[in-house]
Amino acid sequence: MITPDMLPSLAFYGFAFILVVSALGVITAKNPVYSVLLLILAFFNAAGLFVLLGAEFVAMILVIVYVGAVAVLFLFVVMMLDVDFKSLRKGAMHYVPLGVLLGGVLLIELFVLFKARFGTEVFPQADTLPEISNTQQIGAVLYTDYIFAFQVAGLILLVAMIGAIVLTHRTRPNVRRQNVAKQNATTQEDAMEIQQVETGKGI
Amino acid sequence: MNNMLTLTALQPLWAELFMAMMVMGFLIFGVFKGDQSTRLLTFLGILGLFFVSVLLMNAPLGKEPLLGGMLVQDVFGRNVKLILVVALAVSYMLSLKYLYDTGFVKFEFPILILLAGLGMFLMVSAHHLLSFYMALELQSLSLYILAAFHRNSAKSAEAGIKYFILGALSSGLILFGISLLYGFTGVLDYTQLGQIIAELEGIEKTGVVFGMMFLMAGLAFKISAVPFHMWTPDVYEGASLPVTAFFALAPKLAALALLLRLLVGPFEALVTDWQMVIMFLSVMSMVWAAFAGLVQKNLKRLMAYSSIGNMGYALLGVVMLTTEGVTATFFYLMLYLIMVAGVFAVMLCMQRDGVVFKQIEDLAGLSKNHPKLAYAMALLMFSMSGIPPLSGFFGKMIVFQEVVAQEMYVLALVGVLTSVVAAYYYLRIIKVMFFDAPDMPYSKGFGVFRNGVIIVSVLFAVFYVLRPDALLPFARTTATDLLTPPAIIQTHDIQLDN
Repeated sequence: MITPDMLPSLAFYGFAFILVVSALGVITAKNPVYSVLLLILAFFNAAGLFVLLGAEFVAMILVIVYVGAVAVLFLFVVMMLDVDFKSLRKGAMHYVPLGVLLGGVLLIELFVLFKARFGTEVFPQADTLPEISNTQQIGAVLYTDYIFAFQVAGLILLVAMIGAIVLTHRTRPNVRRQNVAKQNATTQEDAMEIQQVETGKGI
Repeated sequence: MNNMLTLTALQPLWAELFMAMMVMGFLIFGVFKGDQSTRLLTFLGILGLFFVSVLLMNAPLGKEPLLGGMLVQDVFGRNVKLILVVALAVSYMLSLKYLYDTGFVKFEFPILILLAGLGMFLMVSAHHLLSFYMALELQSLSLYILAAFHRNSAKSAEAGIKYFILGALSSGLILFGISLLYGFTGVLDYTQLGQIIAELEGIEKTGVVFGMMFLMAGLAFKISAVPFHMWTPDVYEGASLPVTAFFALAPKLAALALLLRLLVGPFEALVTDWQMVIMFLSVMSMVWAAFAGLVQKNLKRLMAYSSIGNMGYALLGVVMLTTEGVTATFFYLMLYLIMVAGVFAVMLCMQRDGVVFKQIEDLAGLSKNHPKLAYAMALLMFSMSGIPPLSGFFGKMIVFQEVVAQEMYVLALVGVLTSVVAAYYYLRIIKVMFFDAPDMPYSKGFGVFRNGVIIVSVLFAVFYVLRPDALLPFARTTATDLLTPPAIIQTHDIQLDN
């Protein structure tokens, strides 16, 4: 029987299970588009785990930045570049021993960390929930104590934008562009010529 | 935390605010008026920089941190910024005609120089590891774009990429250093950092020293001290000439000011740890630049090695961290910057119908075709190699005098010997100009600004001997203020309560 105090555990296992399965799918899917979509699913589930830990700001940033921008960018790249994934896969089996070794080391590390840090608890939880949400907490210092850093970050982004335009924008002379103002200003006289056609002669 | 940010409360930072406003205004103006507004924007930029210097002169100075401990506007920072303003204005003057001659006019150019300048201003004022990093990135990012600005040339694109990747690497080193410092002390503010580091012992102190070393390695990239100099020749060679001139004039000074503020502030207690590093950087820069400069064929690469070597001489003054030593550093750098401005102005004149010549052999016979230019260059080269009675001699003399006074005879010996070696490549330029068979003359009409910069630079080099202590008081007040310990314990306690 499910009781309300089991819900966090249930949510955790739900998110964690889908996260691991979709992460596996990212690296095993044959079609790269599926990989990216599964990656997005993995991000959403990781965001769910963050919410469980009481870190809703990180969760939202994860969704906005990674799903909204990074993963969509991946999708663009995968769809627009003509990458031959079959040939990329060809030599992959050579790396299996190294991959297993690295994965094993990581697993042992995680196990040691788990034993050392959390003992018998199943998963960590924030000790006490703060009275105001951490989004509010960040907001409270971001626009007061750290206003300078915030503003300079804005300037840095401005520089990045100027740089992207300066280095990539080219004006090509022979391109026909739509000029809405010109289109709207066009009158009947500009576009049309009315001729009286005499019968039997043609123009 | 309830203190409102009013315009009067920000008066110490009006110069920086004004620069940021200029950037925004220029950007909007440029977007509407297109690339042909570059000339107007450059003139407005020079005018605006004059106004910035007025604001700086009137700024209330003090050691109290501003904006929640992020920045500080003191005499040291003000003086360095005044030098930077001149360097920015000279960069504007040197760039304008070149942009129009080579047909690569883009209104973003003056804006990016201004943004880089703003980053440098903030670097000089940074009093918190967060603002330090933000300011550094603002400056570096603008410089990467400027390096790649002439995007149709493969060399320029290569310079941009190279600078960006190595710059990102050095930023990584700096961030790693900052994270170690934060991990071992728990603070980012310079004042608090200094207090905590002074009391650290044992393993924690070792950790902080590690962090400091990473930070210094990253900053050594930015001031291009050997062994972190490898990007400099390539970037100087690849970037278009006015950009190279700008690189030679401004960014290193800002990075050096940043380094100095760190060394005398938070890392004061670790002086024995960083002294050897600075000494190593200084000696390696002098030696490496002197010998690597001998085999260069490209004038811009040669100037890169020259700037590396000169940074080595400037760092000599920092090793001791006495008032006189830092005075010597600033004095040396000011004299060097004035000479470099002249040298680059001469190099910018070496063009024929929009094609720029930058090999040393292109100087051949300059004395026949453009005698005035050749004599100006010759005087500047004599001055750079430190031959009395030209200004370059005084810079070297003051530095070596201070090194000898501190009884570091080996350092002084290395400095003198390397400057003899380096004299070869300066003198070779004179030989090529006066004794090699002349080539075709370069395009006439060097422009008012270029001529002006050359004349001022040469006159300064020649007649400095009449007033050999002219810039010394300025350098001395800068150094004295840097080394004055701040008396802000009270404000600091209040901040801790928050």
